[in-house]
Amino acid sequence: MLKLARNLEAEIRSAGVSAYPNECCGILLGTVDGQGGKTVRALRPVVNSREQEEQHHRFLITEDEMVLAEMEAGKRHLDIVGFYHSHPDHPAEPSGYDRDHALPFYSYVILSVKNRKAELPASWLLENSREKFNREPVEII
Amino acid sequence: MNVTILIPTALRGFVDRRSEVKVSGNTVGETVRALAAAYPDLKHQIYADENNLRGFINVFLDGVNIKKLNGLDTPVRDGGTIMLVPAIAGGG
Repeated sequence: MLKLARNLEAEIRSAGVSAYPNECCGILLGTVDGQGGKTVRALRPVVNSREQEEQHHRFLITEDEMVLAEMEAGKRHLDIVGFYHSHPDHPAEPSGYDRDHALPFYSYVILSVKNRKAELPASWLLENSREKFNREPVEII
Repeated sequence: MNVTILIPTALRGFVDRRSEVKVSGNTVGETVRALAAAYPDLKHQIYADENNLRGFINVFLDGVNIKKLNGLDTPVRDGGTIMLVPAIAGGG
């Protein structure tokens, strides 16, 4: 279960619309309970580091940005619990490319943006086998 | 050389929930391989095949990306610290 405050969900939607027809991306900072459930406490928007001509279907959060995000999370007593990105004019489902560059544990929130209109985001978890993603329930709080 | 490898939150489930693991080796590559040998389930997450790390797994030695050093052949110092840092990519 991923718990996401309504205002943070709205921020993700807004980022997806602003980036359209390119992909937006960012980092979810939050906490993890004893059962593995996560609560997102803050977003860290990230500039998409992919080449401009690729940004309509690809995003990249560099390792340097990840180090900075880890430092911010540590200062705030939070963890990196996942990531968000948009799929312009594509469903909110992970692609094979998403799977090849993912790790288990993290929540991968995907937002479909169709004709500049953001739909409800979906969250996905990669199986430890790395074979597939499974939908993760999202509770808007 | 004995070094400490810092484990990101996402990978701790594959190393008995530890945030750091101490391993031995003379180079970055040797130490990361030692870690993978000790934790085979972790190896599946960070190695693309028997010898090569997945492209999105980056390694920092004492705070410096080994891409700016001599890659996995970079020598380590006794007491050094290694961080595994994923770069996150994807898209529809």
